[in-house]
Amino acid sequence: MSGITFIRQLAEVVLAIAIAPLFSGWIAQCRAWLQNRSAPPLLQPYRMLDKLFHKDAALAMDASALFRATPYVLFGAMALAAAIIPSLVTDLPLARVADAIALIGLFATARVFQSLAAMDIGTAFGTMGARREMMVGFLAEPALLMVLFNAFLVFGSTALPDLVDGYAAHRAAVDPSVIFAAVAFLMVLLAENARLPIDNPATHLELTMIHEAMLLEYSARHLALVEWASSLKLFNYACIGFALFLPWGIATHGQDGGLPLFLAFAALIGKLALAGAALAFVESLSAKLRIFRAPEYLAMAFLIAVLGLLVHLLLRA
Amino acid sequence: MHMSFDFPAQATRQLPSNLACRCVKVDAASWRRAAEELSASGGRFLTLWGADDRGRDGRFRIYAAYLLPQDVLVLEHDPGDVANPTYPSLASQFPSALRMERAIYDLLGVASTEPDNRGWLRHGGWPETVFPLRRDVDGTQQYPVVSEAYPFLQVEGDGVHEIAVGPVHAGIIEPGNFRFSVVGEKVLRLEERLGYTHKGIAKRFEEMRQHDGYRLAARLSGDSAAAFSWAYCAALEAIAGTVCPPRATNLRALALEHERLANHLGDLGALGNDAGFAFGLTQFSRLKEDLLRTNVAAFGARYLMDYILPGGVALDLPEHASRALLDQYLTLERDVKNLRSIYDEHGGLQDRFREAGRLEKDLAAKLGAIGLVGRASDVCCDLRVDHPWAPYDRLKATLVTQTSGDVAARVQVRFGEIGESLQLCRMLLEDVSSGPIRTEVPLAEPDRLGVGLIEGWRGPVMIALETGPDGAIRRCHAHDSSWQNWPLLEYAVLGNIVPDFPLINKSFNLSYSGHDG
Repeated sequence: MSGITFIRQLAEVVLAIAIAPLFSGWIAQCRAWLQNRSAPPLLQPYRMLDKLFHKDAALAMDASALFRATPYVLFGAMALAAAIIPSLVTDLPLARVADAIALIGLFATARVFQSLAAMDIGTAFGTMGARREMMVGFLAEPALLMVLFNAFLVFGSTALPDLVDGYAAHRAAVDPSVIFAAVAFLMVLLAENARLPIDNPATHLELTMIHEAMLLEYSARHLALVEWASSLKLFNYACIGFALFLPWGIATHGQDGGLPLFLAFAALIGKLALAGAALAFVESLSAKLRIFRAPEYLAMAFLIAVLGLLVHLLLRA
Repeated sequence: MHMSFDFPAQATRQLPSNLACRCVKVDAASWRRAAEELSASGGRFLTLWGADDRGRDGRFRIYAAYLLPQDVLVLEHDPGDVANPTYPSLASQFPSALRMERAIYDLLGVASTEPDNRGWLRHGGWPETVFPLRRDVDGTQQYPVVSEAYPFLQVEGDGVHEIAVGPVHAGIIEPGNFRFSVVGEKVLRLEERLGYTHKGIAKRFEEMRQHDGYRLAARLSGDSAAAFSWAYCAALEAIAGTVCPPRATNLRALALEHERLANHLGDLGALGNDAGFAFGLTQFSRLKEDLLRTNVAAFGARYLMDYILPGGVALDLPEHASRALLDQYLTLERDVKNLRSIYDEHGGLQDRFREAGRLEKDLAAKLGAIGLVGRASDVCCDLRVDHPWAPYDRLKATLVTQTSGDVAARVQVRFGEIGESLQLCRMLLEDVSSGPIRTEVPLAEPDRLGVGLIEGWRGPVMIALETGPDGAIRRCHAHDSSWQNWPLLEYAVLGNIVPDFPLINKSFNLSYSGHDG
């Protein structure tokens, strides 16, 4: 590993951590505009984090070490995931260590910790949120795997950088199955990131919450880390989506100069802006599903991904 | 409806009221029999209250008010022995009476025969041996608040667990404690505990002057200020024998309809939001805000506080303001129509609304559903239609009902009533009866009981006012229809899933403050 790749690897993670709240802030702005409201400032999420870091943390009396450690685990897992996903460059030393399936495992680890921490205090809401989160999670994971398999079939690798490099090599050959995979991925992204129509990130109704119910007992720096990890997760999912479906602009192997890196950065910002607006649009149109419709919704995502696989196999034959 | 027994004429007296109202003195047997007969023949139970008259004639008194097709019937009962006063419970005929009986015991120490004697309003705020509404308690004593155990009914079985929600919630809303017994996400039982916002309003009334009481009445439940202050003024004016000038009566009705409009608009937005459709909240909030600002221009207050006062109203409506209102109704009507079609055609929203929190007609009627919640379950009751008082006797309002009894029905009733209210407002504005907006209300004779009954936006609100000497208030009982409909929520939520409760609760949108007093 050369020094320069290591620095780029580090730079990518730092960039992800730095701009993830910006992406959340942008989505919140778009949502507000679509509802004819005046929007909160773009930097609102940073102000929120700043506020939370300056507060004194309150812990429930029964909180165990697990409860206190979980925010750091979540943040660490999401930062590590950002290191694996090629958001700017594909020549990432860490990405060689873990492929996309390991990435899903990383997300699952974070979910397990978050759910355990939610149950740790023993309040009804934490337990309720944790069990709903596990339900959504175990239905979303197979659908996400199917989406990834779809891409793997096209390019013959389970490593995300290889996919992006593969795209760069066969620019013209866009497989129609990718469209199915993209729709399925969008559905999984919404479910996995506690967005509408599965969960409502803006609700104050504790009985309807999924993700928020697990955070009710967190405060100050712990809450800041969990919130930051949530926005990082959304950012990571967006970058997975870009790598799978919109890989244009990412600096591939061998493009080492400053210009490709700058272009990759500009492309990333542009894609995030568009993706954020699109997400806000989808969310503004939908109402929240009744919770027992979530399995139908995720089964649909799974089915669409499988259809994509079949389309691919049929077209190849 | 026919009652098979008549009350003796010498025990019956007419009560001053904005509706036809009579009061009958009954003994325990007649009290019980009347409840059975009224329940069997479809009479509506309105409210229950008690008074400490030991200083006057050495007795306690218990009153029950029923709504009959032709008038309001108030039964007056002497619960006997002042050391241990007891009266027959109405709860087996009218289940909504149970909590009122518990509240009466907490405040007055007059017990019903009902075995469920858990405190309802007290919450450890004063000792069990102190009854604040009795006249020997002057309301200045301070007691340390003690934490009291409150046994909720336990549901046992495999996999059953409890979720305790409130009284402190994740959002800034009124406090209520909801104890769910659930299996997985399914609700097996819900038990409410209310009373957290008990403010001692009834006691406070007794320190006020008759001509000031309307201000306290308006503040009992802030979203029903016009309804409560009108009910208060109606009772006082009836006792004093004052007739409100026609123009003032029209303006009062205009204010009442504005209150209905503003609350329905707010609720429709909140219902959309609780189903995750934030667009609905923003749009309806905008419409509500526009209306509230108009209220400032037309009535001098956003939430109509102190607009309706004894003898009339506080402000006249100038001609140009009246024209501006008519213009605003046009845009409001158009916007609501557009939003209604968005709500009706939104698959996700309708999927959440339909079948959620269904309250069948039979059950609703049996449990005494009233007001908007009743109308959504096809229980036809609206004082403006079936017991119209001035000026509604002239307006001929149309009843808006739905049959399905679910959240969707309560949404549709709100949409329907917005249209109907706008029609009424137009008729009120077109009727240009000019003239004074206020008349003098003389001091009422002491020891007279009067009843004011007004259809607020939730349902009927009632004030039973008893005058004291020299313009004092002897006793004032304020009743919000939420007393009737809170117990129904426990039934509406059965078999639904936990995350649908907030939506069902919002579709009822009952008052905590109005209920707790």
